[in-house]
Amino acid sequence: MAKKGKALTRVGSLDELERLRESVVKRDHNKPSIAVCGGPGCLALGAGSVITAFKKEIEKQGLDTNVVLRIIGCPGFCEGGPLVLIEPQNILYHRVKAEDAARIVSQTVKQGSLIDRLLYHHPKTDRKVIHEGDIPFYKKQRRLLLASNSRLDPNDIEDYLALDGYSALVKALFSMSPEGIVEEIKRSGLRGRSGGGFPTGIKWQSCRRAHGDTKYVICNCDEGDPGAFMDGSLMEGNPHSILEGMIIGAYAIGSHQGYIYIRNEYPLAVKNAAIAIKQAEDYGFLGKNILGSGFDFTVSINRGGGAFVCGESTALMASLEGKVGEPRAKYVHTVEKGLWNQPTNLNNVETWANVPLIVNNGADWYSKIGTESSKGTKIFSLVGKVVNAGLVEVPMGTTLREIIYDIGGGVSDGKKFKAVHTGGPAGGCLPPSLLDLPVDFDEFTKVGSAMGSGGMIVLDEENCMVDIAKHFINFLKSESCGKCVPCREGLKQMSQILTDITEGRGEDGDIELLEEMGAAIKDGSLCGLGTTAPNPVLSTIRYFRDEYQAHIKDKKCPAGVCRIG
Amino acid sequence: MVALTIDGREIQAEEGKTILEVAGENNIYIPALCSHEAVTPYGACRLCLVEITRGKKKRLVASCLYTVEDGLIVKTDSERVTNVRRMVVEFLLARCPDLEVLQKLAAELGVDKVRFKLEEDNHKCILCALCTRACEEVVEASAISLVNRGVDRQMATPFYALSEACIACGSCAYICPTKAISIEDIGDTRIITMPHNTMEFKLKKCQNCGRYWAPQKQLDFIIKKADLPADAFDLCPDCRD
Repeated sequence: MAKKGKALTRVGSLDELERLRESVVKRDHNKPSIAVCGGPGCLALGAGSVITAFKKEIEKQGLDTNVVLRIIGCPGFCEGGPLVLIEPQNILYHRVKAEDAARIVSQTVKQGSLIDRLLYHHPKTDRKVIHEGDIPFYKKQRRLLLASNSRLDPNDIEDYLALDGYSALVKALFSMSPEGIVEEIKRSGLRGRSGGGFPTGIKWQSCRRAHGDTKYVICNCDEGDPGAFMDGSLMEGNPHSILEGMIIGAYAIGSHQGYIYIRNEYPLAVKNAAIAIKQAEDYGFLGKNILGSGFDFTVSINRGGGAFVCGESTALMASLEGKVGEPRAKYVHTVEKGLWNQPTNLNNVETWANVPLIVNNGADWYSKIGTESSKGTKIFSLVGKVVNAGLVEVPMGTTLREIIYDIGGGVSDGKKFKAVHTGGPAGGCLPPSLLDLPVDFDEFTKVGSAMGSGGMIVLDEENCMVDIAKHFINFLKSESCGKCVPCREGLKQMSQILTDITEGRGEDGDIELLEEMGAAIKDGSLCGLGTTAPNPVLSTIRYFRDEYQAHIKDKKCPAGVCRIG
Repeated sequence: MVALTIDGREIQAEEGKTILEVAGENNIYIPALCSHEAVTPYGACRLCLVEITRGKKKRLVASCLYTVEDGLIVKTDSERVTNVRRMVVEFLLARCPDLEVLQKLAAELGVDKVRFKLEEDNHKCILCALCTRACEEVVEASAISLVNRGVDRQMATPFYALSEACIACGSCAYICPTKAISIEDIGDTRIITMPHNTMEFKLKKCQNCGRYWAPQKQLDFIIKKADLPADAFDLCPDCRD
């Protein structure tokens, strides 16, 4: 096992860092390793007992010093969990059980022979697939952010260092000016990954230029969209990449204090982030005089109490201040007056994780990935009625069809595709005719949905679109903070009308009334929750109006979900 | 000073003032329910939304929060604005069908019927938070707050109990635009009735005329705050001169 977070001395210079990095690479990274996914998906499928079994087996077979056992974050292929990766051969075993551990150690690790039953079999050809990258789920992905999840123990900073971690920080601190970093992020075309799609570099520049001696940076890990687990998985699987992004951002903006706001329902993310911060402090990547550069920066964790609305930046900041998590109007931007009225730069987990990549590889490299207006990759949590549910990272511009069919393996149980809901609860449902839509902030908005933070729920012929709209409106109704009238009262009334429609009490004019309400709620609400909340209703009316009409006029639910009459 | 246009009128306004304030000073009417000069703006009722144009971009903003800018073009009653206002009033009327202030606004805006299910509770409180802001910012007692979230939101004291922090001053009732809070003095008792709880407070008796003239807790609060002698309010204002 690798040493856990005990630097003998704090790294105080570049030379010391290079010596440390060399020793880490030499020590551990040529050794055979067994990586078991310890992400929530695999844990739910029994990864915990698999990990225990491997520990015992490695000891029993006398391999303690020769084999590294890594508990890794989510590599994405949740459908196949519990996942086990054997290096250096890069063998992926899926659906591994505790009782498989003995054979894996004795046959695969010791002798290099494969266990057929645990290999993934191509669903069409039944050909067995040995390497992680060769299974169809990963083939069309470009895992700039997620690939490292398979290769490091999130609780061991030295694993991150062995993968060249914190090299972007070195470059930023020692060979770039803060203005130069901001310029690089601007040129990269990186846009905020939490939904708004605001150009990150411009946000940084505004915060850098804002007046104020004390500035803050915040990492928003309050991922509250049902079915979404992109940010949580990054924080659990590779927390140092996020910390590295934050330190670089803080240096560029001129901030010395950062906060990670994590929802408390993500205990593993909270734990791994806390361990990562502690290790980064011990090793000298956080704290005073980072790597001898003279730059000081500390990061604290703040746990959210479970309110969806606290993912909204102003509500998040209110909550961080210890107040009720309610949004305020952003006429004065948070980059000017944010946390405690000081200039504050808030970015989402995935946005921060992109920063080291851009600094290391350059804006030109980054901006070649993606579409004209959306650069880089985007992680989606692909869930619902899809064969391969999991985390998917694709270059912007990949079509929905490629994600759902080539990567996701199509609709599960051979059912017919009906829609894909993107952008979280306040996103929209897109019909089959839009399957060739490329993943792109602006393209999604144009068709009445949103990229959001990357939720993607596949719906099949057995889903009723009115029922789906009702489901999301009820979620938003219960998560509305209640401050402004259109959101609080409007969602309550929308929910009532949708309930009436799904229970056979729909009336002529309901559809038009919902459209009128939707427009007013979008236009009139105070924060992003309210201004996007009508999307599930408006998009389902736009693309599945006939289903609403069937409920209202014929008193029938075409999908057979709603009990009418 | 900044120069802006409101409904076609060119107006010079003091920097830092909100559109709502400037409109008011110039006799331009913008409806609002959650705004009051005594407390910080809140932006919750959404009735004061106006349409602003900056460069090529048009958008709706809460005029109680948006400060005036040079060259800003404001429309206080564009179609977009009116659509939202009408819907807001209709939403509020479904919650509080009997409120006169809302019926008046509905008439102004041409809302002649409510298409939504009327709430059985027939609320009086529209959750504008004027009372809680007055209690916190003006009185500095913070005895009441908004509790619960979203559709369950209510104005109340903590745990709906008799509030230790309440000084029975009645500012909440005074500032309430819908008379959702009432105050009644009966004998030696002040009764404050809120939408979800009722509290009783003792009144102080004037040592000269014997009249019960002010809540004991309020007088104690003032004595402490202003560092007055303990007997400062033994007499009522009438007997004091």
